[in-house]
Amino acid sequence: MSEQLLEVECEIPEGSFNPVEPFLRMDRIPHIWCAGCGIGTTVNCFTRALLESKANLDKVAIVSGIGCTGRVAGYARLDSFHTTHGRAIPFATGLKLANPELQVVVYSGDGDLFAIGGNHFIHAARRNMDIKVICVNNLTYAMTGGQTAPTTPSHVISATAPYGVFEPAFNLVQLADACGASYVARWTTFHVKQLARSMEEVLKKKGFGFIEIVSPCPTLYQRRNKMGDGLDTMKYYKQASKIRHGAPTGECSLTKSGEIVVGKFIDRERPDYYELLQAQMHESLGDRYAEPEVGCSEC
Amino acid sequence: MSKGFVAINVERCKGCAFCVEFCPTHVLALSSAFNSKGYHPPHVVASDKCSGCDLCGMYCPDFAIYGARYAR
Ligand code: SF4
Ligand code: SF4
Repeated sequence: MSEQLLEVECEIPEGSFNPVEPFLRMDRIPHIWCAGCGIGTTVNCFTRALLESKANLDKVAIVSGIGCTGRVAGYARLDSFHTTHGRAIPFATGLKLANPELQVVVYSGDGDLFAIGGNHFIHAARRNMDIKVICVNNLTYAMTGGQTAPTTPSHVISATAPYGVFEPAFNLVQLADACGASYVARWTTFHVKQLARSMEEVLKKKGFGFIEIVSPCPTLYQRRNKMGDGLDTMKYYKQASKIRHGAPTGECSLTKSGEIVVGKFIDRERPDYYELLQAQMHESLGDRYAEPEVGCSEC
Repeated sequence: MSKGFVAINVERCKGCAFCVEFCPTHVLALSSAFNSKGYHPPHVVASDKCSGCDLCGMYCPDFAIYGARYAR
């Protein structure tokens, strides 16, 4: 059976289309993500945020590392960059500094951003680099088979912890907060409306913005822990999430099956890296400082 | 007549049922039919209740469904 809309019960006006499609490389769809995986849901929210924010799509670049979420760069019909493992943030930093008018969004997973690329994350947040980091956190290394990641909560069974994880996990929102990020929020894939609004907000925010999205990986995380499928996980998110805007991030750790605190935790003003650089050069060099010519020669 | 409609691309569906569960007006149910990949896609069971809110479209991880309002 070829791809077609088989729906007969609804009258579908001619010319209507799925609002996500203009943002996707349709020749690559269907995607590789498993049934019940949450990554596609986050992509829907991101495209709605781009639509609402009326961003100039020619000036939006997506940078991903490696992993299941890293595939987003390959599916997004935007300027996109699928980089080496853990290095999405350094690539994004270079992109932003060479062409400050670009809106640079890093879209990657927890393993890529916080294990292999953890060092890059803390320094980009410390510098308040004007990039936005969207992290789909499925609490495991999914693409490589479900090993323990720095985000895997205690007592979870993983490929490398058959008797349960015992090492403490990172609380990503606390880490981002402590490093000085300008904007920090967490949602789950259940909170599609709030997530889309948060993404729209972070796109408009200057400085280092971070959104963590807790997302199901039924294939390698939930299944091994007998937590059911994607839908069961979504129902758990619905039942266990508490919206607490402005909550102290230190109180927002994720556990195996406990409460999930979601909301916007941090929204503060700090000069970003580029502003600090310019201020310092003006102070030290005075008239001898010529602001660099930036931008791409072709646009 | 309903305010909105929902369009389903059955071949792209992987049967996660997010749309069925989270449609606020219970417009959808999983069909007993299979698509060619062996999944049960949703079908419309109460088209008159669809508001076109597109929550199903936002939830669908496979970009296989969306809702919209009829232009009036
Ligand atoms: S392995 Fe997990 S994270 Fe990767 S596509 Fe499958 S469900 Fe999603
Ligand atoms: S558009 Fe809204 S009301 Fe209609 S099927 Fe989708 S979720 Fe239900």
